[in-house]
Amino acid sequence: MNTTRALVPILQLLLVFVGGPLIVGVIRKVRARLEGRVGAPIHQPLRDLRKLFAKERIAPEHASWVFVIAPAVLMTSAAVTAVLVPMVSTVSPFAQVSDLVTITALLLLGTVALALGALDPGTAFGGMGASREMTIAALTEPTLLLSVAAISILTGTTNLPGAINEIIDRPGSVSSIGYVLALVALGIATLAESTRLPVDNPNTHLELTMVHEAMVLEYAGPDLALVETGSSMRLVIFLGLLANLLVPWGIATGSGVAELAVGTLTFGLKIGVLAVALSVFEVFTAKVRLFRVPELLALSLVLSFLGVITSVVHP
Amino acid sequence: MSFAEVSATAAMVVGAVAIIAAFSIGDARRRALVTGVLTALCGFSGLLAASGVLATGRPVHAEFPHLLPFAGLSFRLDPLGAVFVLAVGGVVTAAAVYGIGYTRDHLSGRSFQALVPAFALTLLLVPAASSMGTFLVFWELMALTSLLLVLAEQRRSPEARDAAMWYGVMTHLGFIALLLMFSLLAAHSGNGSFLAIERSSSSMDPALRSLVFILAVVGFGSKAGMVPLHAWLPRAHPEAPSHVSALMSGVMVKLGVYGIVRVGFGLLGGGPSWWWVVLLVLGAASALFGILQAIASSDLKRMLAYSTTENIGLILIGVGAAGLFTTTGHPILAAAALGAVLLHVINHAAFKALLFLAAGSVVHGAGERNLDRLGGLMRRMPVTGAMFALGAVAIAALPPLNGFASEWLLLQSLIHGADSQALVVAIAVPLAIAVVALTAGLTAATFVKATGTGFLALPRSPAAEAATESPRSMLVGMGFLASVCVLLGVGVGVLGAGIGRAVAAVGGVRKPAPFRVHGSTLSPPWQVVGTSMALAAALVLGVGVIMVLLRFLPSGGRRRRADNWGCGRTQQTARMEYTASSFAEPLVRVFDDVLHPDLDIDVTHRQESQYYVEKIRLRLGIKDAFEERLYRPVLNGIHAWGIWARRLQNGSVHRYLGYAFAALIILLVATR
Repeated sequence: MNTTRALVPILQLLLVFVGGPLIVGVIRKVRARLEGRVGAPIHQPLRDLRKLFAKERIAPEHASWVFVIAPAVLMTSAAVTAVLVPMVSTVSPFAQVSDLVTITALLLLGTVALALGALDPGTAFGGMGASREMTIAALTEPTLLLSVAAISILTGTTNLPGAINEIIDRPGSVSSIGYVLALVALGIATLAESTRLPVDNPNTHLELTMVHEAMVLEYAGPDLALVETGSSMRLVIFLGLLANLLVPWGIATGSGVAELAVGTLTFGLKIGVLAVALSVFEVFTAKVRLFRVPELLALSLVLSFLGVITSVVHP
Repeated sequence: MSFAEVSATAAMVVGAVAIIAAFSIGDARRRALVTGVLTALCGFSGLLAASGVLATGRPVHAEFPHLLPFAGLSFRLDPLGAVFVLAVGGVVTAAAVYGIGYTRDHLSGRSFQALVPAFALTLLLVPAASSMGTFLVFWELMALTSLLLVLAEQRRSPEARDAAMWYGVMTHLGFIALLLMFSLLAAHSGNGSFLAIERSSSSMDPALRSLVFILAVVGFGSKAGMVPLHAWLPRAHPEAPSHVSALMSGVMVKLGVYGIVRVGFGLLGGGPSWWWVVLLVLGAASALFGILQAIASSDLKRMLAYSTTENIGLILIGVGAAGLFTTTGHPILAAAALGAVLLHVINHAAFKALLFLAAGSVVHGAGERNLDRLGGLMRRMPVTGAMFALGAVAIAALPPLNGFASEWLLLQSLIHGADSQALVVAIAVPLAIAVVALTAGLTAATFVKATGTGFLALPRSPAAEAATESPRSMLVGMGFLASVCVLLGVGVGVLGAGIGRAVAAVGGVRKPAPFRVHGSTLSPPWQVVGTSMALAAALVLGVGVIMVLLRFLPSGGRRRRADNWGCGRTQQTARMEYTASSFAEPLVRVFDDVLHPDLDIDVTHRQESQYYVEKIRLRLGIKDAFEERLYRPVLNGIHAWGIWARRLQNGSVHRYLGYAFAALIILLVATR
């Protein structure tokens, strides 16, 4: 019993590590099909990673240790978050630390590391990407934490496994308009944080519109592979968080082998559905101008604020 | 004598010896060394005394009835004061060691060297004062010594004189407010001692109590750098020598917070909810305004000074929330909020002092503090660069360093407090959460800007190109604070019991330690030292493992240095880089309603055709909106009044005799 309990973090880590690139593959495939193309196979991102890891490591002449360490910090922060966020099971040796405020801060750590790594080579692209990324991250932060506040008011805790258990046990406690508003706000924040449309276009290489891609322009080979893996892990974490707050049912509340197997399968199904929904949404959405992004984020802030107020008034 | 008493006595004696040593040692370099070491010992003894009080919970008393006429001096260091003395002691220790290398070349004069330990002593004694007279004496001595220290480099920079003028005027206006406040309190209790005031204040007239509180917020708020009374701070802190800036920004402003907590919760014993809403609003305004000015500022030290206003804002949000939760009957949350405040006081002292010391090291090594002209320092000043980066991660409240711990606790207390049926709380607290979160995000952006443009990439000026690493004593001073940031991040639980005693010592919130609160809703992971250590260990280990694994790649893991991707350009130069101003541009544009950027673009065309541009000049100036809109009109009004008043005195003897006659008549009528 206790050994399988200790397995949960490892299982989640592996799931996110392998699942991240696969989810990116799924999104690309669905988009390609909807756009009338055949598209690359779903496991193409994994192949790309294998290719990148086999390449030589290159660093810009003027860069310092910050450039070298940034991908590792991004990757580690994503990995630690993957261990903390309940995805397969709400039981985990680290359940006590799995707290929404901590998770927000851990993800911000990865963002900051990559932004510093982007500034280090001294190119205009890197600076531009870092500047835009930090602007978006700064404006997303209030939405994230207000949504967290709304969720914690309804469930009585910011502890994530605790909140999810509460929703499973007493769905009535969260069936309110406040919760819906908070989740919509969290969804917009997720799009911004995981650099998806309409905030950032992950497929573009046009300098006027790039955010994330501009930051990673100087990374190549294994370092780029780390950045790509880290980013895809963050995507899965955000989708998983959203999925488990939206429909927590299916997540294991114990740590028996059968429960974990069911938990893993349902988790894969849930983020698969969300990924397909995301790609359908992206096909029908255009990227908004950079200086319209604050308006979108202000909208999500207002939604999350209303979420908190309505949660308090109609508990 | 207890351990705390011995250490406190040692701190005073060593501090006094340091002042004497500064005057009596002839050789300038030896003077800097001996004074620095003695001042550091004084600070460290203060730190030990404070830890003694926090560990046992027993206050230290001392009475000197004959030292000051009429009132005498009386001291009582309780756990609340000890939290502040702890921060002061730590920062004094680091700043004094740093000062050895920093001052020995151009600031080794006798009076300057003597002023630093004197300033340190007043900082240590203000939180220990237990009577109105003692408090005001040391408060004023603290203001005067720091004022003289701001003026230390006035020959080099004319701005220092201007800054000192602002500081001098504003700190004395604040002093008047405090004098009035204490007079009101003492007049009611009939005795200036804090214990007597505390006992009698509940029987005061409510309107008078509110007046006392407002005077305390004005007087102490101006020292804390709270908006709109912050105008002196971004001028004075950058102009002072950097180790003095560290003392001022790291700990002196905190004594303003100490005053508000001591008066609001201790002497007055809490009050109606509107007091705390006022404080919450002022805190939120300070936090947002401070960080927006900080992100727009390209001057490294000015940016840090504005970030101090922001952190004071966060602290005041916590104080306001604590008061509000007390009035709504949530003592546990109030205790958590106040615990967050005290924790942040210590944490901010550590990382802000570290950042100021690192900025001073940059000024020392590169002779430049404009971020737009710096760059590439991470390779030229590796230790300073690493220290600054560490401080930046700490101040951005990122795990696993100490800033995260206090921000976590503050957010937790706010999030759990948002669930209230009181309408004021239900609206104010979610707004406070949004402000704290936005501030956290903007702080991350600000310090990415500072680290990324100041220390990374290519140097943008010859001065930065020729930068060299600072002397060892400066690095040791920074290293001490850096290790404090790491230790308090990883093992914040060490402070838990002490902070709990401090919270319990405050009159208004008589409740158990926040870190012991468990069960119902608040379940802090930081409660267990082990979990925070595990989180930190996981982060460090993860990075380490990845870095090692990269060495075992098929390609051998060796890194080749190569040119940047050029997109057709021939050579990488520093002019292509993003500067601090360009990095901040999107955020300045988003918040232009608050910042009012003063943008001036000047395009010169070639003579042959207007389609060819010869050069473009861009000037971006961001002024302090409060200074422009609030202080300027007042200053202009005073100036106009002064000019008008000159008419009274035109040199005519007849007119002066007329004044004397009129005064006599008025006096006769009035005293009839």
